[in-house]
Amino acid sequence: MFNDPVMLSRLLTGLTLAFHIIFATIGVGVPLMVLAAEYIGIKRKDPDYILLARRWTRGYIVTVAVGVVTGTAIGLQLSLLWPSLMQVAGQTIALPLFMETFAFFFEAIFLGIYLYTWDRFKNPWLHWLIGIPVVIGATLSAFFITTVNSFMNSPEGFKIVNGTLTQIEPLKAMFNTATPTKATHVIVSAYLTVAFILAAIAAFHLLRKKTLSAAETAYHKKALRLTVMAGLIFAFSTALVGDFSGKYLAKYQPEKLAAAEWHFETTSEAELIFGGILDEQADGSYEIKGAVKIPYALSILAGGAPDTEVIGLNEFAKEDQAPLFVHYFFDIMVSIGMYLAAISALFVLAFRLKKLNPYNKWLLRGIFIGGPLAIVSIEAGWMYAEIGRQPWTLYGIMRTADAATTSTAVGPMLILFSLLYLLLGTICTIVLLRMFKNNPVGKELADDHHTRGEAMFADDNK
Amino acid sequence: MDIQTLGITVLWTFLYGYLIVASIDFGAGFYAFYSKYTKRDHLTNRLILRYLSPVWEVTNVFFVFFFVGLVGFFPDTAYYYGTALLVPASIVLVLIAIRGSFYAFANYGSNDSMFYTFLYGATGLLIPAAMSTTLTISQGGFIRKTNETVEFLGTKLFTNFYSWTVVALAIVSVLYISAMFLLFYADKAKDENATPLIRKWALFWSIPTIVVCALVFFGLKNQAAWHYENILNGNWWWFAASFLFFCVAVTLVYLKKNYGIAFIAVMAQYGVAWFGYGYTHLPYILYPYIDINKAVVNETMATALVVVFIFGLLLLIPALYLILRLFLFDNDYVSGKKAK
Repeated sequence: MFNDPVMLSRLLTGLTLAFHIIFATIGVGVPLMVLAAEYIGIKRKDPDYILLARRWTRGYIVTVAVGVVTGTAIGLQLSLLWPSLMQVAGQTIALPLFMETFAFFFEAIFLGIYLYTWDRFKNPWLHWLIGIPVVIGATLSAFFITTVNSFMNSPEGFKIVNGTLTQIEPLKAMFNTATPTKATHVIVSAYLTVAFILAAIAAFHLLRKKTLSAAETAYHKKALRLTVMAGLIFAFSTALVGDFSGKYLAKYQPEKLAAAEWHFETTSEAELIFGGILDEQADGSYEIKGAVKIPYALSILAGGAPDTEVIGLNEFAKEDQAPLFVHYFFDIMVSIGMYLAAISALFVLAFRLKKLNPYNKWLLRGIFIGGPLAIVSIEAGWMYAEIGRQPWTLYGIMRTADAATTSTAVGPMLILFSLLYLLLGTICTIVLLRMFKNNPVGKELADDHHTRGEAMFADDNK
Repeated sequence: MDIQTLGITVLWTFLYGYLIVASIDFGAGFYAFYSKYTKRDHLTNRLILRYLSPVWEVTNVFFVFFFVGLVGFFPDTAYYYGTALLVPASIVLVLIAIRGSFYAFANYGSNDSMFYTFLYGATGLLIPAAMSTTLTISQGGFIRKTNETVEFLGTKLFTNFYSWTVVALAIVSVLYISAMFLLFYADKAKDENATPLIRKWALFWSIPTIVVCALVFFGLKNQAAWHYENILNGNWWWFAASFLFFCVAVTLVYLKKNYGIAFIAVMAQYGVAWFGYGYTHLPYILYPYIDINKAVVNETMATALVVVFIFGLLLLIPALYLILRLFLFDNDYVSGKKAK
């Protein structure tokens, strides 16, 4: 394996993406939450929400830096590790790649302005307005780059005649069949994840209640309410879009859905298999053991009705099938998604009913673990999306094995980048922890004039 | 103008933009470290940070824009450079990653350590040094196409004298451009402590800049005769103009006059040399394998990219104008009177 450039290229690309996606997700979601908090803060003249927005932004900018540099890395690595893929991609799907840099450029400019103009305008709404291009830029970046990934699943907008690409339609390539479900799924799940990361922070502080002052408790409760409420909305939107994604797969990439569901025989009234292990039989077929089987559920996921026929994996040649372990990634993604929906619904219900205590210790713990779980879900979702598309890099057009570099130096680069991400991940975490520890919310609340005239970063007053 | 010429002009212009803004950024990193090391950071570093903080991210985008655009307009570049440059480009990526994130860690995370500043300064010189070798590679002789693959002749590049003169040019240019800009910025901020010190840096680096420029220019004759001939065939005046702008810039700084015009002269000095160099390099992006006329993307995609580019510019120019107005041309911000 360690002298196979294809496997090594997959590992390095996977490593970069797995690391980048954490920061990219934060990058897409945080601006929206910041803007929501600032909006409430200005509207209700509540300095707590303004402080919330400022503190989120402060942490955000550190993660943005890591997101930018790892994004640059993956951008260039695509050409370095997959030169043949990019040669074809350049001809067909270069448009959204190019647009993504513009969206990001736009976002970067306004983020720079947003960060350094908290107190520069008399009218606070002007500063809020500057945040809007940041949200739009962040979301559009995610949209454009996801259209490229959709294209890999559903390469359209060109024809291959005698080995050359002709009749190229860049817009059709960009708005391919996979784009609507895929792009929405990515964007909404990023919002969901960020809502839960921020909720986890608030829950964490509330769980250490003994050390909190009344003002701090009030502050964190506001943060929790805002983020869990947002989490609830995005969890249900994600579930809805996820359902559409299942229907897309059933129709256009049936073997990808079948691999995730261990669905071997084409049947109607198909049951959904959750968990379990595979036992390979003498004749090469599999027996599923220890799985939870939900009747009709797969047919409903695939076509909205219990009698929908779902195509099984046996219809496809062995060399066109994805590895069967993607089943677990799919299950992890879906079960975490459902957990997040349930826990946020429980909180909101408790809050509305007034009879239950929404700040119950166990509920807070449940919300707290929702943060890391949401990130796990994003990772599992991408693992499923990418490994589930194998053996193809461009579905039905180009196999992954034919797309990789022939360079023999990928191994050392894999080690180099592993060390880099280890370093960045560690120091980023330390810096973030120290940043908020050295400048606790209680201190900022006590300062009381934190809404105006005070420095954005602790360093600025030196 | 045909679409491939338009495409390469746009990309080359963006790379020029990157050359200027990144040089300012890279050099500023070195100066920040140097001042700190010689315990003079109280004079200059506030000024340097005040400029860098809002714009560092924008700098990086110029680079991303360039290579994404390059693969879009000329997909063959992905194949040739992608295969050949895995190792050097990965090293540049690691340096960029360290630089960008440690800048944020130091600046936003209030971890003001000497080590972070050192990393920031050192990467500021290593990145342009490594990147500049691509210019040498593009002139041919260091990438070889065999039947099935593309091979990079790393040792040959490493032991090539000309390649090292280009590296030297990149480093001194970074220090020169950056000092010239910071001088203008310090003067605008009416920072009487920083200005004389930065003026000294600017003058100090001007001489090596022009000496190494001459070395690179005449070294081209042996390294890439085809390119040198293109220059002598009626295109030498770009470089003569560049020298004139250099003289204007240095004279103004020497006379302590009009640092703003001096910096514009520096931009012009590098601008004409950059476009003269690029123009005479055509039609090759990689000699002799990638010819813009043959490697250009299909016409539909090229047109789509140009249209997006125009719309993108319509969006970006006002945004860039806004950020410049707020942070570069706002005297109160520059001189630190306005709260950040």
